[in-house]
Amino acid sequence: MKAVITVTGKDSVGIIAKVATACADNGANIVDISQSVLQDYFAMIMLADIDTLTVEFSAFVDKLAALGREHGLEIHTMHEDIFNTMHHI
Amino acid sequence: MIETKDILETIQMIRQENLDIRTITMGISLFDCVSDDADRLCDKIYDKITRTAEHLVETGCDIEKKYGIPIVNKRVSVTPVSLVGGNMSPDGFLKIAHTLQRAADTVGVNFIGGYSALVHKGMTQGDRNLISVIPEALAETQLVCSSVNVASTKAGINMDAIRLMGSTIKRAAALTADRNSIGCAKLVVFANVPEDNPFMAGAFHGVGEPDTVINVGVSGPGVVSSAIARAGDCDLSALADLIKKTAFKITRVGQLVASEAADRLGVPFGIIDLSLAPTPAVGDSVALILENMGLESVGAHGTTACLAMLNDAVKKGGVMASSHVGGLSGAFIPVSEDAGMITAVRNGALSIEKLEAMTAVCSVGLDMIAVPGDTTEEVICGLIADEISIGVVNTKTTAVRVIPAVGKTVGDEVDFGGLLGSAPIMPLRPYSPAKFIHRGGRIPAPIHSLKN
Repeated sequence: MKAVITVTGKDSVGIIAKVATACADNGANIVDISQSVLQDYFAMIMLADIDTLTVEFSAFVDKLAALGREHGLEIHTMHEDIFNTMHHI
Repeated sequence: MIETKDILETIQMIRQENLDIRTITMGISLFDCVSDDADRLCDKIYDKITRTAEHLVETGCDIEKKYGIPIVNKRVSVTPVSLVGGNMSPDGFLKIAHTLQRAADTVGVNFIGGYSALVHKGMTQGDRNLISVIPEALAETQLVCSSVNVASTKAGINMDAIRLMGSTIKRAAALTADRNSIGCAKLVVFANVPEDNPFMAGAFHGVGEPDTVINVGVSGPGVVSSAIARAGDCDLSALADLIKKTAFKITRVGQLVASEAADRLGVPFGIIDLSLAPTPAVGDSVALILENMGLESVGAHGTTACLAMLNDAVKKGGVMASSHVGGLSGAFIPVSEDAGMITAVRNGALSIEKLEAMTAVCSVGLDMIAVPGDTTEEVICGLIADEISIGVVNTKTTAVRVIPAVGKTVGDEVDFGGLLGSAPIMPLRPYSPAKFIHRGGRIPAPIHSLKN
């Protein structure tokens, strides 16, 4: 099972590191990252394996959202199934 | 493999275009609560609902978090109360309304539906007793919703029941006069009512349903109108195709949420209701879809054609996306709950006659329409009879949820707050149908050949 983590907001030093640390702390293994910076705007989509999570998925969602608020970023974590069901028959 | 553009599209739909799951509704049978004693009946009803729906709200919130999609309402629908309390006095039925409110408060749902009677062919004493206290029940509770089915294509139209509903609606308005007659916003008069509808105020748990069931209503008018706006100047075949694809995606999310909710709660999955349900939020409007299709304003000549195409395309896309489809399944056109409809009424672009025509090609009927408070019972009965006839003759569901707002007249507006929105008072025809209404009796079921 994987989760899609999207991070958007004003660019600053160490965004990827902060999100990656949060993932590692909670046992989520990052399997893919795509990231871009347009002018000052940072956007990242991260795919993380959540089979090895050490906390409930809903707690993981909350932790990342809180991390985002702390640093002026929007971080949304969604289970991959919503994308698979919507876009694949 | 998940592609970046798919991720971005889904996120845009949810964050910018108001895609949400409108409701997870748990249907609960109350037949095993039947008792000849009102207190005993109420105790059993309270226990059954609070036990069965104990985890409904938390499960909904959990799924909401897992998939990152808002699930706006968690609701309960129950067996029509007139059937469960067939031997109750009016006082007994009123007690049941308070019990439903108490149970809804305990489990934390947004609404509870099923304070209902099915009287399309005739009325039992139980039906009469229930209907006699609907106004009090709606005035004294907040979350209880009521509906009465007064006609079906097979049985015809029970005009005595319509007559009774005219006075019931007026009394419901009077008893909640201090709250903009909000009692009427929780009362629907139906023809061909579906037994598995998850949407309020008309939801109840039908007699052919299992003990408990999960039904889900999807939404997403904002997603459809944005997709149409982006499509630019394509022809109608291309537009219908686009609506189908968009409806497919919306419905797939509903199916995902419904299956997961059913699994987690250990309750069978019933149906997905494919309705496009608007909210007063800007952009989340069925009227805006029709305007993006090319109308200057909803209500213009051409509106019925646009709506017919929209409704059909939504069903075609949605059916493919879900294992079981049911409920109302059509675009909703409530006036007060749709910012675009409100604007069109204010501008004089949308009349009650055009709304009536629109209901012939979509669900659900004359919905959330505020009319002058001094409208007579007979005029309300005439309005109901017209709308119900459209449903009966066309073998579809139609309904009337009309609010004769006490003390208000054309030019005023009533504000109900929340998802119920606000409505400008619409003018009605001043001529009286009183003699027709007072004849009573039944309009026979329509013939099903010689169709023209």
